[in-house]
Amino acid sequence: MMTVVVWVCGALLSLAAAAAIWRIMRGPSLLDRMLAADVLLVIVGSALLVHAAMTKDLSNIVFVLIMAIAGFLGSVTVARTVAAREQG
Amino acid sequence: MIGVDWNQIREIAIAVLLIVGCLMSLAAGIGLLRFPDLLSRMHAATKPQVLGLFCLLAAVALSAGQWVWVPVLALVWVFQLLTAPVSAHMVGRAAYRSKHLKEATLVADDLAQVVKGAQALEDARRSDDAPAESDVEHRG
Repeated sequence: MMTVVVWVCGALLSLAAAAAIWRIMRGPSLLDRMLAADVLLVIVGSALLVHAAMTKDLSNIVFVLIMAIAGFLGSVTVARTVAAREQG
Repeated sequence: MIGVDWNQIREIAIAVLLIVGCLMSLAAGIGLLRFPDLLSRMHAATKPQVLGLFCLLAAVALSAGQWVWVPVLALVWVFQLLTAPVSAHMVGRAAYRSKHLKEATLVADDLAQVVKGAQALEDARRSDDAPAESDVEHRG
C-alpha cells in the first residue's frame, strides 16, 4: 500500500510544482512570480516530508525547519522593493 | 480490543494524511493557474503552507513513532504559522499599492476609504488654506 501512496503523492506534488513553475514563467507581475516561488518552496518542503514519512529517516527535517523560518524573507524583500518602486 | 491491528491503522492514517497534504499542494497549484488576480491567488497559496504542512508533519510524527520528534515538528509548524502572515501582509500591501488587482472581483474595499482620507489629510497639510473636503471633490 505504501508504494501506491508514494506514487500518488509524487504525482500530486509534481503536478503542483509544474503549475507553480508555469505561473513563475507566465506571471503577469513580479508579485505573482514571487507568490508562485513561495508555493514552489512549500512543495519542495512537502516532498521532503513525504520522503521522511516513508523512509522513517528524519535527517532532512532540518531543511523543512529552515524553510519554515526563512522562507518568508524572499517575498517580504520583493514586496518591499515593488512598493518602494511604485511610490518613488 | 482483541483483533485490532494498530500497526495497520497507523499505516492507513499515515497514508490518508500524506495524500491529503499533497492534495493541498495540488489545490494551490490549480489555484495559481486558474484564479484571475493576485489577491485570489494568495488565498490559494496559503493552503499547503498551513493545512498541507500540518497534515504532512502529522504523518511524519506518526511514522517516526517517537515522542522525541514531536517538538521539532511542532516548531516547524509554529514558525510557518508565524511567518506566513508576514509575507502575505507584505505581498498584499504591495499588490494593493501597485494596483495589481481586479477591482471588479472585490466584494468590499475597506481600504479605499482609509486611503482617500489619508490622502485628503496629506493634501490639506501640504496646501495650507485648502480644506480637505473640497480637495477630495476636486480629486474626483
